[in-house]
Amino acid sequence: MTSLTLDRESVGTRVLHGLGGFLRARETGILLALILVIVITTAKNPNFLFSNDGFRDLLLTPSLVMLLAVGQAVVIITRNVDLSVGSTLGLTAYMTGRVFIDFPGIPIIVVFLVGILFGALLGLVNGALIAFAKVPALVITLGTLYAYRGINVLWTGSDRINASDLPKDFLALGTARLGPIPVLTIIAVIVLIAAGWYLRNQRGGRELYAIGSDPAAANLYGLKVTRRVLVAFVVSGSLAGLAGVLYAARYGTVNSQAGSGWELDAVGAAVIGGVAIFGGSGSVWGAAIGAYLLLTINRALPILGVQDFWQRAVVGVLIIGAIVLDRVLALRTTKKLAEARDNDND
Amino acid sequence: MTELTANTAVMRTYKEYARPLWQRILFTREAAVYGALILVIIVASATVRNFATPITLNYLLLDITPILLIALPMTLVIITGEIDLSVASIVGLSSVTLGTLHQGGLPIEAAGLAALVVGAVAGAVNGFLITVVGLPSLAVTIGTLALYRGLAVGLLGTTAVTQYTEFWKDLAKSKIAGTTIPSVMILFVVLALVFAILLHFTAFGRGVFAIGLSPEAARFSGISVERTKFILFVLSGVVSALAGIYYTLRFGSARGDNATGLELSVIAAVLLGGVSIFGGRGALHGVIAGVLLIGTLGSALRLASITSDVINIITGALLVASVVSTSVLAWVRRKRIRPGGKKPGSAADTKG
Amino acid sequence: MLFHTSTRSTRRAGAFAALAVTVALVATGCAAGEATPGGTGGDANLAITFVPKNLGNAYFDTSDAGGKEAIEEFGGTYDEQAPAEGSPDGQVSFINTLTQQQVGGLVVSANDPTAICDAINEAREAGIKVVTFDSDTSPECRDLFINQATAEGIAKIQVDLIAEQIGDEGEIAILSATANATNQNAWIELMKTDLAANHPKIKLVEVVYGDDDDQTSFDKTAALLQTYPNLKGIVSPTTVGIAAAARYLQTSDFKGKVQLTGLGTPNQLRDYVEDGTVTAFALWNPADLGYLAAYATKALIEGDITGKEGDEFEAGKLGKYKVGENGSVLLGDPYTFNAENIADFNF
Repeated sequence: MTSLTLDRESVGTRVLHGLGGFLRARETGILLALILVIVITTAKNPNFLFSNDGFRDLLLTPSLVMLLAVGQAVVIITRNVDLSVGSTLGLTAYMTGRVFIDFPGIPIIVVFLVGILFGALLGLVNGALIAFAKVPALVITLGTLYAYRGINVLWTGSDRINASDLPKDFLALGTARLGPIPVLTIIAVIVLIAAGWYLRNQRGGRELYAIGSDPAAANLYGLKVTRRVLVAFVVSGSLAGLAGVLYAARYGTVNSQAGSGWELDAVGAAVIGGVAIFGGSGSVWGAAIGAYLLLTINRALPILGVQDFWQRAVVGVLIIGAIVLDRVLALRTTKKLAEARDNDND
Repeated sequence: MTELTANTAVMRTYKEYARPLWQRILFTREAAVYGALILVIIVASATVRNFATPITLNYLLLDITPILLIALPMTLVIITGEIDLSVASIVGLSSVTLGTLHQGGLPIEAAGLAALVVGAVAGAVNGFLITVVGLPSLAVTIGTLALYRGLAVGLLGTTAVTQYTEFWKDLAKSKIAGTTIPSVMILFVVLALVFAILLHFTAFGRGVFAIGLSPEAARFSGISVERTKFILFVLSGVVSALAGIYYTLRFGSARGDNATGLELSVIAAVLLGGVSIFGGRGALHGVIAGVLLIGTLGSALRLASITSDVINIITGALLVASVVSTSVLAWVRRKRIRPGGKKPGSAADTKG
Repeated sequence: MLFHTSTRSTRRAGAFAALAVTVALVATGCAAGEATPGGTGGDANLAITFVPKNLGNAYFDTSDAGGKEAIEEFGGTYDEQAPAEGSPDGQVSFINTLTQQQVGGLVVSANDPTAICDAINEAREAGIKVVTFDSDTSPECRDLFINQATAEGIAKIQVDLIAEQIGDEGEIAILSATANATNQNAWIELMKTDLAANHPKIKLVEVVYGDDDDQTSFDKTAALLQTYPNLKGIVSPTTVGIAAAARYLQTSDFKGKVQLTGLGTPNQLRDYVEDGTVTAFALWNPADLGYLAAYATKALIEGDITGKEGDEFEAGKLGKYKVGENGSVLLGDPYTFNAENIADFNF
């Protein structure tokens, strides 16, 4: 008589499986690429990593795009895209400056809240149009990219926010550090952890993946698709708003073109980080690492002797490479699943 | 006996279409765009100083020629349900190719030809990735948007090549004898006719519509979906390169960041002109009217000293409105259908 | 099928037409109220529009304000139009529009010596007078050029300042504006000549372009300091560039170790001079430049001068000016600002 012992894997096998999964994960690959880039550049010029300024800039500059990339990942997971984040960032950055000028003495935390809420409002406009009118996100966010940037330029006129208009302690936030790590990076990382936790462990987060994988099935299953998509865009907008406030702190001067073109970096970072453009898979961790990889490459190029004019081309190659890789992996998985199904049916 | 035949004769007559011809022509999306265009022209001529002058028409047409040119293949691309966001970057790349080769000593004609080839190759890369590798066109063209723009900027840096033979620069801006219409309009009209015939009168064009309505059904009908899409992306690349050559000669300046953001104007105009973003519906004359509408509105507002950012806001809002209105009206129509499925007052409808 | 019929098209057409009509009416209705009337001043059309390199630039804000002051003094109409970025083709559309609007005169700071020539010549054919200031085009394209100081003088003063600040030896870099700007390229060439001839121990390692955009200049400064660890000095002959570079230096380890000089406005650089980030820099008075340009345009429009060498005209509070060779008018000499005198200025 066969004993009905359950075929449990030994602990060792489970650890190996977990490790294998970790190693095969897309995020690990990108992390390795990032470390590789840093190592190569530091070998050429040790100041890149080891000088005070270098280490600070390494962590600081990408943190703004990281916020945008996290928001973008949330949206892309639901099988949409948000091209208006650059304009939202610019508008919020200008508004931050205006708030400081028009309301002197306002506490900094209030300005942060105002920026986030403003970004959320702009994201809500996107989300409402997309979720309720059921129009492709591409077109709507293309239109709001234009419209928000236009509103920004109209509001700014020929003005600009100068560093001298902003309170000193707000500007100090831009370069302040807690230990060796810049404060802005800490803020961005906290947001990242919160988003990552929500997407993985909370029902709302998991539903986003479901909606992205198959919107029709999600609808039939009874998920509140409209509400979730709306929330996704509000999140993307608020993160862009937060990034706008941080932009004002970091750069000090804000003109009407702030953030112009950053949506491309955000989408690129998310795609490189493993978030499939078709939705339903990927993680915000990947998008964050993707953002760091993109911007570190940008900063590394001049040191490696490549004219920084080639940055855009590098971004383009990385995006195309990432989606080709995604496709190849998807095809392989489908083939393996088909084979497994055929084998099981024997 | 005669009564019987008379009765059968009466019973047999039926109208071929549900509505009279004039309604079929006037009550379309395209007609609405034409109507708006005429309205804008009338209002602008009356209220904006210096609008109703010949020179305005000249500058207007010179300004919107790149958009007019690129909107032609873009219409076909969107009708198949795909999208091409990299057109503006191909304009920049072709502009840079023209500039660097000409600066390097090549005569303009040869440099221009090379720029067209570059555009064709760029479109072919798009087409390859979309049809052979099977990637979604949105992602691919976002990537190539960055790649081609990056190549353009990388080649020239932020310098501009501004030395060109006067003959070609003048040709780009010359007018048709006796009128204020620029000569490039001849080029545009020829291309528009070619694309209109291609889209509305050939089997290829019917295939384009079929793919947009349902790629699966089109495939089973024997249409080579991959080949059609590939050809469309190559066409898009070549026409974008042509627009890039014109842009360079008109402004006399080849720069890596020429025409940044042009793809938004093109897509806005195409969607405004009645092409459905979901594919399968659209007409070229509507798109041309859409481009003219946006161009005229922009020209009138600029003349009235309204800054270009307001014009951008209006373009963005029009883009959003034109897409949302389709959905809203469809929703309204669904609500109006009474239980039983019968629409009040009309017989069998054709779904457009 | 030639036309696609649709049952929803009636309502669709109606809704869409209504929307487009509303938009058009609102827009052009507002427009009618704001339409700038050109040429209301008697016989001469004294509607003068300033077309600087780009908007949002403190230097041009000051110079255009100077122009506005002059125009209001002699009773003309002032306007300012410019693209948001300093690209050559950006200016062309504005110049075209102004040609259509039949203004009296244009005062342009060119982003490129030849790219805007065709547009300017079309304007001149329509009877509009075109004066360039700050950054010239090719001489045949324009009627007059108002030069702030001789190019040699501007180049020399910056080279002298940086040489003095770094002890006449070491590596320096230049943070310029846009790659095509006529004035930038003229000054950089003269700086290179001066360095080669008079300062053999100073090595110019790179010229980077901040595009007169604050964020780009900021990031380019960071990149320069990263890439060249032995950099001793940065010269930035553009007010946007020097302000951004100073802001970066102020919070970096290199403050005090890397010297920064160039062309800057006192208001933007006051903080940095006071805390030692910047020792000294140079400029002229941009308001005077704009003021002079406006008066020169007025003289052209009214027919007092034609732009040939030797013509003289009145320039309000600045006195009489004479046209030099190649149709250029010289404002004066550049001036050095440092900790001692910076409190005296407000622009």
